[in-house]
Amino acid sequence: MTDNPARKIVILGALSAMAVQSARRFAAEGASFTLVARDTALLEREAQDLGARGAARVDIVAADLTDTADADGLLRQAAGKMGGLDTVLLFYGVLGDQARAETDADHAGTIIAVNYSSAAHWVLAAARILEQMDAPAGRVLLTASSVAGDRGRRSNYVYGSAKAGLSVLMQGLAHKWAAMPNAPRAVNLRLGFVDTPMTADVEKTAKPLWATPERIALIVERCVKRPGPPTVYAPWFWRWVMVLIRLMPSPVFNKVNL
Amino acid sequence: MSERFHTERGRRSWGRVVDAEHRIGRAQTPGSVEALFASAKAAGLSTLAFGLGRSYGDSNLNPGGSLIETRGLDRFMAFDAAAGTLRAEAGVSLDEILRVVVPAGFFLPTTPGSRFVTLGGAIANDVHGKNHHGAGTFGRYVRSLTLARSDGAVQRISPETHAELFAATVGGLGLTGIILDAEIALTAIPSALIAQRVEAIRNVDHFFELAEVRAAEHEHTVAWIDCTAQGDRLGQGVFSSGDWASPGGHEAHSGRMGPSLPFDAPAMALNPVTLRSFNALYRWRQLSKPGLSTVHYSGFFYPLDAIGHWNRLYGPRGFYQYQSVIPFDQARDATRAMLERIARSGEGSFLAVLKTFGNTPSPGLLSFPMPGVTLALDFANHGAATLALMRDLDAIVLAAGGRLYPAKDGRMSAHAFQESYPDWRKVEALRDPLISSAFWRRVTHHDG
Ligand SMILES: Cc1cc2nc3c(=O)[nH]c(=O)nc-3n(C[C@H](O)[C@H](O)[C@H](O)COP(=O)(O)OP(=O)(O)OC[C@H]3O[C@@H](n4cnc5c(N)ncnc54)[C@H](O)[C@@H]3O)c2cc1C
Repeated sequence: MTDNPARKIVILGALSAMAVQSARRFAAEGASFTLVARDTALLEREAQDLGARGAARVDIVAADLTDTADADGLLRQAAGKMGGLDTVLLFYGVLGDQARAETDADHAGTIIAVNYSSAAHWVLAAARILEQMDAPAGRVLLTASSVAGDRGRRSNYVYGSAKAGLSVLMQGLAHKWAAMPNAPRAVNLRLGFVDTPMTADVEKTAKPLWATPERIALIVERCVKRPGPPTVYAPWFWRWVMVLIRLMPSPVFNKVNL
Repeated sequence: MSERFHTERGRRSWGRVVDAEHRIGRAQTPGSVEALFASAKAAGLSTLAFGLGRSYGDSNLNPGGSLIETRGLDRFMAFDAAAGTLRAEAGVSLDEILRVVVPAGFFLPTTPGSRFVTLGGAIANDVHGKNHHGAGTFGRYVRSLTLARSDGAVQRISPETHAELFAATVGGLGLTGIILDAEIALTAIPSALIAQRVEAIRNVDHFFELAEVRAAEHEHTVAWIDCTAQGDRLGQGVFSSGDWASPGGHEAHSGRMGPSLPFDAPAMALNPVTLRSFNALYRWRQLSKPGLSTVHYSGFFYPLDAIGHWNRLYGPRGFYQYQSVIPFDQARDATRAMLERIARSGEGSFLAVLKTFGNTPSPGLLSFPMPGVTLALDFANHGAATLALMRDLDAIVLAAGGRLYPAKDGRMSAHAFQESYPDWRKVEALRDPLISSAFWRRVTHHDG
């Protein structure tokens, strides 16, 4: 791993288990952080933790990320406080309840607003700011999407469609930046099952498929530090699982209860 | 976030003898402990904190009830390198603490033989290390802790502000409440290296001679004993002593794990022949490089941590640990009697460790260490024969005024416990009424 200068990182959804584990890896190298999530007390807990683990500076912003009215302003302010910005990590999301989303329009709306509409705003705002930044460590925008966006399934297609939107947005951004000299990098993680508080109530059948947040954090660290492809399956085997699922002809797929 | 319990079958502790069904809840934030207490109460279930499960017997299990896993409480709160103090949540492991404090020139004031234990677990068992003769137990370095009780009370307690509750909580086997966080004093170290001396022990008498001399000279001492040896060689083994070396770097241990046993070894793996060969080989290995050397702390303090899941070596039926301490005046005879009984049984253990405890008083009402000699053994679970052997050892220990370590125990009798821990009633009086464990029910016969 290359020894880059310490990073200046904004984390949107900083209380997610994967965000927490990722931040710890950068803290040990003296990174600076702006942590954004809703709960002030829990953000303070994370800030203390990262400080003790070696972070150079940790600012917290308690905000509801579905409120995107001043997304640019928030990111600009964070960059001002940290003396720059080179890394934006977007980790927030809600799983929601598919059955409920089919009968309760508000619930469906929330799943879409959180996982796609608001995320899209933040991605576009982060892209605008990162394009203007000048950063020795290399600029990266990384989002956490899901393999649920690879093919609609009866068990979670509302969530899946929102994640599909996020994935396509990031793909497009990566395409744009690939054509620009000296551009930031866009990386979209397509996550399989991760054992986090968000999935605590999901029954963990097929245990070997479940990754820990620590394992995802290693992948995040690698993607941020090293140039690589814009779409990363995490862990890697999901690429091949999803190839099979996408290739399955509908008559077959429709018989499988997924 | 979920504050609910899910059912889990087959939960075991480190010795893997007890295999039980529990309701399991995970504490992710300090506030979720309160919510889990409420869920347990509503479901009519007793509960108990569970850290990294490195206690061997049944003191960290609560079959038929619930467990609150504390690993999610793993945030550092304040590391003050000027004062040498650390405040952290109780689910932080010693492994994680060392990775943060060693590069800054600090170490834990004392450490057990595994770094995969939580801060809360280390306090709840008031653990000891190789420097007990100088440093005393872990609990002596706890400046304060935050205790949550099932009635909703959350208190910061210290020896000054809540002497009784503090003494019941340090070494209190998790019974007085759930520790949310603690502040501990660290030790400054000149480097991450230990200057080590390794030498042969000829027999029990030789151990006692060496222990006295080396404990006066060195900060850390421990002896490994070959418990297959008999006669003149009874108690033969290897003595190691060490001190922090200077100079040297402050590199923390590597995060990379060594090999791991992926499944249970067949029960055949451990028999008198393999045991004798192992002991001979180990002794030969250690003594092939006697004398002085400089080693990293990880190899010196945590040799077993290099092999993940080594507890599976004992096969599917698991194993018992048996750790006793005998006061000095009786120690030589009692140790000899125990080693003789073990050698005759042919049940000997891979790991027999002898060490002397110093005079520093332990702060907890149920703390295990007291001045004397401690012997720790592993016995594969062979059912009745193993239990009979341990009952014979109990008789020797109790007659000599000694006692057993609850963190390692899975079967001591209520009589043995109550006789050797007379303060248990004080802890029972301060016990959180919602909290219970298999161990506590067995040694006190309460229902709950
Ligand atoms: C290889 C090895 C070597 C060892 N060497 C030593 C040694 O040298 N010296 C020594 O003293 N011990 C030693 N031990 C034992 C070990 O240090 C203790 O059993 C320790 O308490 C285990 O901590 P844990 O986090 O795994 O806790 P667990 O085993 O999960 O729980 C231990 C106890 O702590 C309680 N507890 C855990 N967290 C909390 C909390 N937050 N609040 C309240 N109570 C809590 C539990 O209820 C339980 O009673 C060793 C163990 C192993 C496996």
